[in-house]
Amino acid sequence: MSDERTLDLLEAKIEELRQLNAVEGIDLSKEIARLEEKLQHLRRKLYENLNDWERVKLARHPKRPYSLDYLETVFEGFYELRGDRVTGDDRALLAGLARLDGRPVVVLAQQKGRTTEENKERFFGMPRPQGFRKARRAIELADRFRFPLISMIDTPGAYPGLEAEEQNVGATIAESLQAMAGVRVPTIAVVIGEGGSGGALAIGLADCIVMLENAIFSVITPEGAASILWKDKDKAKDAAAALQLTAERLLALGLIDGIVPEPLGGAHKDFGKTADALKTEIVRRLSELSALPANELLARRYARYRGIGRFVLAPIPTPDALPPAVDAARN
Amino acid sequence: MSLFKERQYLRIRVDREADDSLWMKCKACGELVFKRRVRENNNVCPSCGEYFFLTAAERIDSLVDPGSFEDLTERIVTDDPLAFVDSQPYRERLREAQEKTSLSDAIVIGRGTIEGVPLILGVMDFRFIGGSMGSVMGEHICRAMEAAMAERRAFVLVSSSGGARIQEGMFSLLQMAKTVTVRRRLAEAGLPFVSVMTYPTSGGVQASIASLGDILIAEKGALIGFAGRRVIQQTIAQELPAHFQTETFALERGQIDRVVRREDLRAELALALGFFAGVR
Ligand SMILES: [Zn+2]
Repeated sequence: MSDERTLDLLEAKIEELRQLNAVEGIDLSKEIARLEEKLQHLRRKLYENLNDWERVKLARHPKRPYSLDYLETVFEGFYELRGDRVTGDDRALLAGLARLDGRPVVVLAQQKGRTTEENKERFFGMPRPQGFRKARRAIELADRFRFPLISMIDTPGAYPGLEAEEQNVGATIAESLQAMAGVRVPTIAVVIGEGGSGGALAIGLADCIVMLENAIFSVITPEGAASILWKDKDKAKDAAAALQLTAERLLALGLIDGIVPEPLGGAHKDFGKTADALKTEIVRRLSELSALPANELLARRYARYRGIGRFVLAPIPTPDALPPAVDAARN
Repeated sequence: MSLFKERQYLRIRVDREADDSLWMKCKACGELVFKRRVRENNNVCPSCGEYFFLTAAERIDSLVDPGSFEDLTERIVTDDPLAFVDSQPYRERLREAQEKTSLSDAIVIGRGTIEGVPLILGVMDFRFIGGSMGSVMGEHICRAMEAAMAERRAFVLVSSSGGARIQEGMFSLLQMAKTVTVRRRLAEAGLPFVSVMTYPTSGGVQASIASLGDILIAEKGALIGFAGRRVIQQTIAQELPAHFQTETFALERGQIDRVVRREDLRAELALALGFFAGVR
């Protein structure tokens, strides 16, 4: 995507010409139309056949809209609830009440920082135990007052560090998962950017999982997989393809429910349009789920997650290949 | 004993040595020890007490009443939904692990008794791709909990896993959601779940089913944590204490209930499960 800068330059140029065009006595409309056509052509060429690694880069694009951007447009009146009541408040995982088309909902949102300063505060969008404990608190609130729960996922993963391990980050993820498994309201998870491993899934065990077109969801970062399995950090591109982490592939594998289209070049190219499409999708899904009584909702959620997995019966082993586990344990 | 002594199991296995050698050298104390004695001693060095890995079969043998174990592990294998290839095709890696262990995947489940107390037991086997959790392990853990519910027995899971099975991509990550979902039902059914954490209990296994026991017991020498030492050092280059993620570290920070020596685990489980005998 080294050509992205060329497109930005061209876009700036067109804007410049438009301003000139507004000046009386200058007519550049033909020139503008020609350049716009050219821009459209280049955009298509650049973005239409993205490979998986290019999608990873798009999912992490610094200009990509983050949760707070959607919170201000898709939802109304976000009323943040802060703190885990024990040790602090995680700024990488936000929780609160909001309205969606006037209806009160509980929102969980992973939030990256735009600036170095903000990233310091938000730990680059990597939640810590404080965040997962807060999430559980918010899930319990949703359950108590029957507010639907909407999660926005955008994180490289849980923050890896001594303090996080001292506070048992793994158990806080497990408990957030368990709370989501049992919450008696409709739950929708939206992956808006990066769905990084357990830290992302912690708020993703939902009745419906949708992804933005250029979002990713993966068990491990491509870089991590490359260094563990290929023993070569430069194989991240191969790992990205092998992991099948794009929205398109995960839909084909039956692991997510839907894809929200993005404008050519990514959500940041036309944020308004992306936010509109996302809102339409969430509202539609929520009205479908809201029609179900709570016990049926829970039964469906149970069946969905109980059924995840791909396996077949192994060919009947020859006698000498029988597992010694059986023999040893029966002696 | 120094902290280092307690840090982790030696990464050698009794069964890896050529079968015709009767002796092995313990890497902890350097002592030449008789292999059969090590085996009979629960894979603990008879000379210095260092722990070696137990296979699932050896672990089961060390816990249940003789003759009581019935294997419930159906021989299912992953169908490799991603057709995953890294430096080696996943299918090949699987076949090698299956040949090495005679297991179809990294866990054995079954029913048995411990000092007469009936239970459903799941035991991971670290030799099988690091005990990693993919579709098959997730399925077996769920089936074990379902058997516990059907038979009104307690559930005991002995973990030894590096985390998710990367080669199964999102299918493996979602096993966290799957096992947690079924665990919730086990709780609703009012049946006890004792989670035993050994070396290692980490990543996606620690961040899901293993941490959700009613009682959490760590074997001495265990490693318990989410992100590994190497990941933390590579990501944020943080200084970590020598006993980081050991059972002592976990106990001091309130992450587990008890620490038990390997040779005492059987009696410990009987003791713990005894309190729940009236529940069923
Ligand atoms: Zn020794």
